[in-house]
Amino acid sequence: MATSPRATQQKFQPWTDPDAKPYVRIDKVTKKFGDFIAVDDVSLDIYQKEIFCLLGASGCGKTTLLRMLAGFEKPTTGRIFIDGVDMTAIPPYERPVNMMFQSYAVFPHMTVEQNVAFGLKQEGLARAEIAKRVAEMLELVRLGQFGKRKPHQLSGGQRQRVALARALVKKPKLLLLDEPLAALDKKLREHTQFELINIQETLGVTFVVVTHDQEEAMTLSTRVGLMNHGEIIQVGTPSEMYEYPNSRFVAEFIGSVNTFEGKLIEDEPSYVRIHSDALEAPIYVDHGVSSAPGATVWAAVRPEKIQLSRDKPADADNWAYGVVQDIAYMGDVSIYLVRLDSGKVVRVTQPNVYRHADDNFTWDERVYLRWHASSPVVVTK
Amino acid sequence: MRWLARRLPSGRTLVTSVPYLWLLVFFLIPFVIVLKISFSEAAIAMPPYQPLLHWASDKLLQVHLNLGNFAFLVEDNLYWRSYLNSIFVAGVSTLLCLLIGYPMAYAMARSSPSTRNILLLLAVLPFFTSFLLRVYAWIGLLKNNGLVNNALMALGLIDQPIQMLQTDFAVYIGMVYSYLPFMILPLYANLEKLDLTLLEAAADLGCRPWQAFMKVTLPLSLPGVIAGCLLVFIPAVGEFVIPSLLGDPGMLMIGKVLWTEFFNNRDWPVASAVAIALLLFLVLPIMYLDRAQSRANEDGEHN
Repeated sequence: MATSPRATQQKFQPWTDPDAKPYVRIDKVTKKFGDFIAVDDVSLDIYQKEIFCLLGASGCGKTTLLRMLAGFEKPTTGRIFIDGVDMTAIPPYERPVNMMFQSYAVFPHMTVEQNVAFGLKQEGLARAEIAKRVAEMLELVRLGQFGKRKPHQLSGGQRQRVALARALVKKPKLLLLDEPLAALDKKLREHTQFELINIQETLGVTFVVVTHDQEEAMTLSTRVGLMNHGEIIQVGTPSEMYEYPNSRFVAEFIGSVNTFEGKLIEDEPSYVRIHSDALEAPIYVDHGVSSAPGATVWAAVRPEKIQLSRDKPADADNWAYGVVQDIAYMGDVSIYLVRLDSGKVVRVTQPNVYRHADDNFTWDERVYLRWHASSPVVVTK
Repeated sequence: MRWLARRLPSGRTLVTSVPYLWLLVFFLIPFVIVLKISFSEAAIAMPPYQPLLHWASDKLLQVHLNLGNFAFLVEDNLYWRSYLNSIFVAGVSTLLCLLIGYPMAYAMARSSPSTRNILLLLAVLPFFTSFLLRVYAWIGLLKNNGLVNNALMALGLIDQPIQMLQTDFAVYIGMVYSYLPFMILPLYANLEKLDLTLLEAAADLGCRPWQAFMKVTLPLSLPGVIAGCLLVFIPAVGEFVIPSLLGDPGMLMIGKVLWTEFFNNRDWPVASAVAIALLLFLVLPIMYLDRAQSRANEDGEHN
């Protein structure tokens, strides 16, 4: 997982402050298209200067929610407030909100400058003021020399920046980005992610981003809202989503994970023990779980939190034994798929610390797996 | 085999040669014949003009180029008045077709896909009947004891029939009715392709729906507008049937003048000169516009 550039800004956490006023309030919003419920009773608070990512598979309702913020769709029930003003019935052309479309929707019959100036002309600003702001914005997105070009003379990445400049030049209270990076190739996408964050920090605009790419969501966002079937499943910072998923769905959607279905055999306030049919040894977790003994639970262990060894671990808990079935060398890490005696295949990633590693585990080798007692996340649904 | 393949034209050449051959046989050769006749002198003969080439003696070939037919067009004001009137009538008809056709094409492009096909069928449905029959039908509708006058009288709106047939009004009705589909189809093809997210983007940037139409839909539909206008204007200028059947007999239209020269006066050379002049009047400005447009496009690409 790429390190979030937000890591340096750990103190920006308005959602933990009970006095902070939400900037965008989505209040029990439902949207139906005929019988189909696209967005199901969603309530969400987004704070000023956040980059909030709506994450989910296609058809989960994230784009519909974004389009309701823009005003292209009206909620069937519920209300939307932006900066304290009820926006539910306000048409898109009167909202202090701008959108960057997935297809960019750059006007093909206008030059780059005319595209960026479009919204300002619409506001009726003075010509000199428009020219100044357009030039500044084109400089910010590094399109200074391209002002006189037509969109068909630009690359995909340049068109994307025109769309961004056109939306940002209006100084919106809220910028909505619909899959902003989906059409770019991988290298350009990574580069643009950091550029987006820099621009957002320079201008201090609140971003709401829709994406299906969990890596994009993790890199960009202050907080992520994971959606499924029109509902928000969990809202949290990228690390909360990764380390403390509230359900199997979240654990499996974000990153890779090994889940072991089992039953609580010991349930104490300070620890639990879980028996899983897939493992010889019990799973020991060093914190309490709010579930009844005997209940079915799932222990989720991330691949990078499992160690491989040739020697049998000394502990009675938190280990397994299996055969290396497959190895994928990724450069920075190697992924091992280990088949346990129970038939369960466990995914393990090990960092490639040394360049020459003759001692690495190889195909069909029998290995022990072990993990720390703080590693498993226990979820009950 | 290889020897043969190198000498035979490629498949691509064969395919593209078909339209060229078609244009050569059915456009260029007739055009050259008409051009030739326009430079000859009228004669009471069969065909009614003198040949351009003439053997004066065994070794002397004389070429007679008679420019008098074109000079005649300039001298007699009947001709240029007919040209101007034809262009005026065609221009007004084109404008009316655009004003009526644009909303229709727009509505078609914005309707649901199933309705769209029905509307498209309805737009081309008139072509299932002969053009001539449809123009004749308008006589039945517009004449003094025709359907429209009878209906208005029965409703008590008028006491005596309104003279509609043999007026300019009837000509415009006939023109707009006949040429409307040629305006609708290219406009529809253009408007249907419009990316609707562009309109959302315009709304997002502060445009009310009509502003979005003026600033996005209309400029992007200009190629369709131009195509539709040309498809209506060019045949309308030379139109002969509609003004003859529905218009005032004294109405000056170049198509009617051409007919009169050719059939009534049997002056093929002047009739040909009229046709050549009409062609030049229409084709030269269009070629110029086309050049200007492609130059503008190229400029955009070199900036």
